[in-house]
Amino acid sequence: MNIAVLQFPGSNCDQDAFQLFASGLRLPTRFVWHKETRLGDADLVVVPGGFSYGDYLRCGAIARFSPVMAAVRDFVEKGGLVLGICNGFQILCEAGLLPGALIRNSSLEFRCVTCDLAVADAGTAFNTRVLGRRIRLPIAHGEGNYRIDDAGKARLEEHGQILLRYVDNPNGSMGGIAGIRNEEGNVFGMMPHPDRAFERFHPSSDGLAVARAVLSVRFPEIARKTA
Amino acid sequence: MKREALPANPDPVLNQPITPELVKKHGLLPDEYDQVQEHLGRTPTLTELGIFSVMWSEHCSYKNTRPLLKGFPTEKRGATPEFGRVLVKAGEENAGIIDVGDGWAIAFKIESHNHPSAIEPFEGAATGVGGIIRDIFTMGARPVLLTNSLRFGELESPATKRLLRGVVSGIAHYGNCVGVPTVGGDVYFDRSYEGNPLVNALCLGTLRHDQIRRGKATGLGNPVYYVGAATGRDGLGGAAFASKELSAESSSDRPAVQKGDPFMEKLLIEACLEMMEVPGLVVGIQDMGAAGLTCSTCETASRGGAGIEIELDRVPQREPGMNSYEIMLSESQERMLVIVQKGRESEIEQVFAKWDLHAAHVGTVTDTGRMVVTQHGTVVADIPASALTDNAPVYQRESRVPAYLAETASWTPEAAGLADLDLAGAKAALPRLLSHPTIASKRWIYRQYDHMVQHGTVVLPGSDAAVVRLRLGASEKFIAISNDCNGRYCYLNPRRGALIAMAECLRNLVCAGATPLAMTDNLNFGNPYKPENFYQLKECVAGLAEACRFFDVPVVGGNVSLYNESPEGAIDPTPTVSVVGFIEKEEQITRQFAQEAGSQLLLLGGAPTELGGSQYLGVIHGKKTGDAPDVDLAAEKRLQDLLLSEIRARRVKSAHDLSEGGLLVAVAEKLFGPGRPGAAIDLTGLKAGRLDALLYGESQGRVVVSVAPGNLDALLAAANAAGVPADAIGTVNDGTNLSVKTVVGTLEWPVSQLRLGWETSIEGAMKRPGIA
Repeated sequence: MNIAVLQFPGSNCDQDAFQLFASGLRLPTRFVWHKETRLGDADLVVVPGGFSYGDYLRCGAIARFSPVMAAVRDFVEKGGLVLGICNGFQILCEAGLLPGALIRNSSLEFRCVTCDLAVADAGTAFNTRVLGRRIRLPIAHGEGNYRIDDAGKARLEEHGQILLRYVDNPNGSMGGIAGIRNEEGNVFGMMPHPDRAFERFHPSSDGLAVARAVLSVRFPEIARKTA
Repeated sequence: MKREALPANPDPVLNQPITPELVKKHGLLPDEYDQVQEHLGRTPTLTELGIFSVMWSEHCSYKNTRPLLKGFPTEKRGATPEFGRVLVKAGEENAGIIDVGDGWAIAFKIESHNHPSAIEPFEGAATGVGGIIRDIFTMGARPVLLTNSLRFGELESPATKRLLRGVVSGIAHYGNCVGVPTVGGDVYFDRSYEGNPLVNALCLGTLRHDQIRRGKATGLGNPVYYVGAATGRDGLGGAAFASKELSAESSSDRPAVQKGDPFMEKLLIEACLEMMEVPGLVVGIQDMGAAGLTCSTCETASRGGAGIEIELDRVPQREPGMNSYEIMLSESQERMLVIVQKGRESEIEQVFAKWDLHAAHVGTVTDTGRMVVTQHGTVVADIPASALTDNAPVYQRESRVPAYLAETASWTPEAAGLADLDLAGAKAALPRLLSHPTIASKRWIYRQYDHMVQHGTVVLPGSDAAVVRLRLGASEKFIAISNDCNGRYCYLNPRRGALIAMAECLRNLVCAGATPLAMTDNLNFGNPYKPENFYQLKECVAGLAEACRFFDVPVVGGNVSLYNESPEGAIDPTPTVSVVGFIEKEEQITRQFAQEAGSQLLLLGGAPTELGGSQYLGVIHGKKTGDAPDVDLAAEKRLQDLLLSEIRARRVKSAHDLSEGGLLVAVAEKLFGPGRPGAAIDLTGLKAGRLDALLYGESQGRVVVSVAPGNLDALLAAANAAGVPADAIGTVNDGTNLSVKTVVGTLEWPVSQLRLGWETSIEGAMKRPGIA
């Protein structure tokens, strides 16, 4: 098992994501610099939160052009497993690896709060049987308002691609959508932070369950062993 | 000593004659200008005049406060154990450093950005955060938390709303992007800050002892590097701007406000920390904050007892045609000066290339003791470095007791004919106090700050103190931090107000289960040339120093911000203190909320009896008067020692100190936790005077704790033995009401209603029409 956490200039949850896997799940975890053109033998690529390249344009709009993202694209095409958290989710949407877009919160303000999330049965191992119906995770973003056209939304629903919905919508997201996956079921993105919900003193330990649920899509054995 | 004039500068702008008007425009007194000429042995060039003006401004030189600050203890008394030892003292460097054991240390400091925030709240507050972060990582520390201390006018005013929105979004913009959590702070709303808000930002970082870096230029011939953002015309003379009163024309000073780029700062943090990890590469490092390139060159040279020569043509510039005056005085953000070991130039350049940042070799360390600046082959400044730093002028200002004090100090409710509360009045007051923005929940503010990034925040904003887990190598440690200062008390009794600020800050830490370690302060005052203002400043500093000595909490650094006045007058004196405390074991972390039904509520410290300076007088009666509440440092210490030992003995389940709004506000706030309990209180057994003072007075040294019923007797006995008054005042229940039995009858409120007013008051005031 080999977890690769990407580092863009401006990534600031890279350490958090690293610790979720390295100390939370005790899995071999390493960083991959944005100028790299190869991922090495990664089993899961994590695109962490932050403000890649400052996010002065649209969030993730510049990161998608960085050398490492070409490697991520190849990795996804070969069926590799990818998890994008917060800015990572925005980057995956900008890169076209996940459908839809994330715009400014409807409040026009940054929000850092802990949210109740309803787990949608997503047709993969990321489902209510693994996670239960409700989880609690922190959010921290200014642009987490998920948008997609009607046809796209219908497709998401039809293929069970919606992972999580906010119980109290904090940002105006369409249908309260907090996280989705791609149709193939190997790319996951979410605004909430599992990387802030795994230590004793965190608001919940649901981040561990979320990380395991993603891993178990391809590596059910590993996910079980880390439980 | 007479010296030759510097060669004429080909640029006519730089060559203009130095007239008395020009000197005055630079904020230098005629006498100070004479000193400039004496230091130089000749007439200064325009560039030199600019350099002296910023370095001799209050902001950089502390010329009016240096003698006062000498009263602060900068070390713990006697032989100190390794833990809590001061490694870098106040005034030595950009921030003080405290030993936290196992070869690790913390660096922290608070700094103001008041004037920029008054003119341009978003950028002013944002760059305030950026500046204090640089002060921390320049010491070699990784920034791990931010707090801030904010003061605004009354929230009803549209101007205050604009400032609050701007300041909060500026802090959020910078802190969130740079990835350092904003874990706490304090906010007051009071008329005295109308037009002159206070924005004080604190940063704390962690480092190993061997990572401590100094702002020193040493080693003849060592190269001097400029790293980070390019220099532009922004923030020209910001330090001088910060050292005068705000006026109607101040908005034309907008170019003096800098523009921040948190992304650049994030890269700079990572690149600098990476560079400092290369063994022996960095000789000295200092950020370019106030007075930019000027301050960083002359301060590093002066500390190192060396000289520095820099060539401005090599400085990365954002726009063409900048002259030496502009480059030297620019306060463009996100820049650092680094002195590296000669012969290892390629190593620093490599690190910065990785992060796509400038690393320009701009100069050399010399042994002349002078700061020599050239541009286009012409020397534009040649100044003894110490003339700008250690030998800057120092003044003892005139001090006079303000006239208003005679009236306020002698005020008593009896003499003023203030009727005591009846049942209806007592009932109406609590919701009004709870929803006053100074007391109300600051959720609208802190939910805009990323307070969880770096995944170490244990006690989130909204408590007496924030608690953060530090990951130090393989080990982890818990620290608590709190900011405090009630300017109202300082206005009514400067010395006592300062004692209270410190006592309350320590009390907040103890409530969280922490042992106080060290303090940083931000002295926010009016124009020191007005003797009444200087009296307030002098008395407050004396109060802080007394409290620090009494509690043996050293001052490890801070900031002075004077000239906080608007056309309305000076602000209330606001010596903000921030103390960091250490929590031995994770299970000792104590929260303020009472959770479990059946828990007993205990008031430690005795019944409150004073009304002076209270929010009750302000909010209900529209008065800022009376003497500040009494302070008994010995009693305070007994209380804090008792509380800490009872927390360690695991007998205290929750603790919350009485502060603004007094006893009932504290009790109500104890019920606002996730458990949402009710409580039944009985105050008829207390030895009390006036009811208004008992319920809403702000007597100091009081804490309400909750304990399991089985521990009540043990705690009462311990309090008795320690000489701390302790009264059982009621029980937490699973009902929905807060009921309080008093001598005039029983008061009752639904907790949810009190909570709603408290939680949504600021939100309601800040609501924008049409926005969710």
